Amino acid sequence: MRKKFWSILLVVLLSLALVVTGCGGQGKTETQGASGEKVIKIGFIAPLTGDVKTFGESAQKGFDLALEQAGYKAGDFKIEPVKADDRNDATEAVNVATKLITQDGVKAIVGSLTSLTTIPISKFANDNKVVLITGTATSPKVTVDEGKRKEYIFRACFIDPTQGTVAAKFALEELKLKTAAILYDQGNDYTIGLANNFKEAFTAGGGQVLTMEAYAKNDTDFSAVLTNIAKKNPDILYLPDYYQKVSLIGKQARDKGIKAVFIGGDGWDSSDLDYKTMEGGYFTNHYSAQDPRPEVQNWVKQFKEKYGQEPDAFATLTYDATNLLLNAIKTANSDDPAKIKEALQNTKDFSIVSGEKVSFDENGNPIKPVTILKIEGGKQKFVTAIKPN
Amino acid sequence: MEHFLEQVLNGLQLGLMYALIALGYTMVYGVVQLINFAHGDVFMVGAFLGYFGFAVWGLPLPVAILTAMVACALLGVIIERVAYRPLRYAPKIAALISAIGVSLFLEYFSSLKFVFGPNYRVVPRPFPEVHWNIAGLSVSNIQVIVFVVVLFMLILLQILIYRTKTGMAMRTVAVDHNAARLMGVNVDTTISITFAIGSAFAALGGVLYAIAYPQIHPFMGIMPGLKAFTAAVLGGIGIIPGAVLGALIMGQVETLTSAYISSQMRDAIAFAILILVLLFRPTGLLGRTETEKV
Repeated sequence: MRKKFWSILLVVLLSLALVVTGCGGQGKTETQGASGEKVIKIGFIAPLTGDVKTFGESAQKGFDLALEQAGYKAGDFKIEPVKADDRNDATEAVNVATKLITQDGVKAIVGSLTSLTTIPISKFANDNKVVLITGTATSPKVTVDEGKRKEYIFRACFIDPTQGTVAAKFALEELKLKTAAILYDQGNDYTIGLANNFKEAFTAGGGQVLTMEAYAKNDTDFSAVLTNIAKKNPDILYLPDYYQKVSLIGKQARDKGIKAVFIGGDGWDSSDLDYKTMEGGYFTNHYSAQDPRPEVQNWVKQFKEKYGQEPDAFATLTYDATNLLLNAIKTANSDDPAKIKEALQNTKDFSIVSGEKVSFDENGNPIKPVTILKIEGGKQKFVTAIKPN
Repeated sequence: MEHFLEQVLNGLQLGLMYALIALGYTMVYGVVQLINFAHGDVFMVGAFLGYFGFAVWGLPLPVAILTAMVACALLGVIIERVAYRPLRYAPKIAALISAIGVSLFLEYFSSLKFVFGPNYRVVPRPFPEVHWNIAGLSVSNIQVIVFVVVLFMLILLQILIYRTKTGMAMRTVAVDHNAARLMGVNVDTTISITFAIGSAFAALGGVLYAIAYPQIHPFMGIMPGLKAFTAAVLGGIGIIPGAVLGALIMGQVETLTSAYISSQMRDAIAFAILILVLLFRPTGLLGRTETEKV
């Protein structure tokens, strides 16, 4: 009897858990607008939970605001957004992309955020001939697969080589620093890309990379590697990872007495970065709210009115990506992904927040400057914008 | 040389961290012969409760640790009652799979928004960090605390198992359930107590781990749990001092590998050593070779 009681209790609890978790994902799934007007569905994929959820939340705000300003319309089409959460997990990203494309029937996708998740879904979207534009995935592999261009894939940000190169150039020419140590995640294309390109450009520019060490995603103890780095006493510690990991490494580096200047990439851009530890560090980014250009100031004002805070680069780039896509749908005035793709590739002199008169190169990458920010007094401060050459 | 000693110290800290988890692992195995895969996740729950205690609810650190330990002891007892006891006389593999199920349940249940949530949290240090310079080596107060706690746990467990009635009951249950029952030992209660103590130690380890590596999330228990399990097997699973010895060896191997060979090789070499030890001493470093009873 008692055994039965426990099994029943367990079954009840488990089914309750199913109900609770199952409710979240289902949105509206109607295929035709109420009055028979033409509808195009646009998917949105971002990590809304998990290790980089603040990125996803920001991106969602940018996406929402772009659609709202366009009145949920592009050309003759009513826009219907379908959102999905990939938890910054490559497998989960492919799952939700499959759902968006095969079940919801989206014609275009905005997302995802990190290269880790965007590389697998870009391949899937391209194979299924669905347009995908990512705001922030910076790895070259997103739009190109082993030298072959994925025709349906675009992005609104610069690529990793640019970020690593500009960081090295800035460190050598502006900060006049000569030696560097690099720490990167061996399982993440984003940090590998930044690390390699930083090393190449830094060495080519006359600097010296003293050591380059890798770690795994789940590592929490960096004491051995950091003790070695402390002995070499580099001017720079290059940490091209996301905010939670660099906060942890930065803290242990200072504990080990490393005095080097921390330099990193756009993965630092989060309110959850440990600003106290990373004080005095520099990072490359797509945009700064302090940039005096009128497009930037205007966007910052509108975002503040709606959300009561400053937009970060993730909100901005996703906003830019969404606007590039809406413009292409409008130009093509069609819900045929092949035509939208043509229109997107032929974008000319379209001004977005993160750059003026943007057009795409043959690999679906926009050409525009890189912003350098400094962590100062617990805040991000605009330093300069450098054009890559 | 000084550099080498500093790396050894780094390895010692890492090894002691593994020991904190491995002790509970090995004790539970010693009594019930069950690899409690949920141990790493109880460790995670402990870390979260400790964090909430001193960083959110504002309890003094010792009270926060005690709260986490009591709550996790209760959690351990419940896990045993719901997931392991009904399977006690089923084939070993059934209990093992049930343990994996509990582990995944704890991870994903904790990830839900209304529980701990799926996000990384930065743990503030509950006390200022102090560094002492001893003969050119930098030693922090956190390292000292971890060392003292591991030593304390080791001695306490040895006393508990070899000097108390409960410990005697545990050792009896470990040998033969039926015989123990015939001798008047309450097998169920004894096993519950074992889980309670093991889980309370996991919680203590979790809180200290969160203080030393100040970042927590619902999946933080997986890797340390796996490493601690490996350490316990290396030292001879079920043998209390073996867990500490295995953990210290794991810590040194990992640290020295990343310091002098390559940080990419560290897990590969650590696990290669485990395989080698098991090939030549299947019961672990401190394990006795026993002939299977028929």
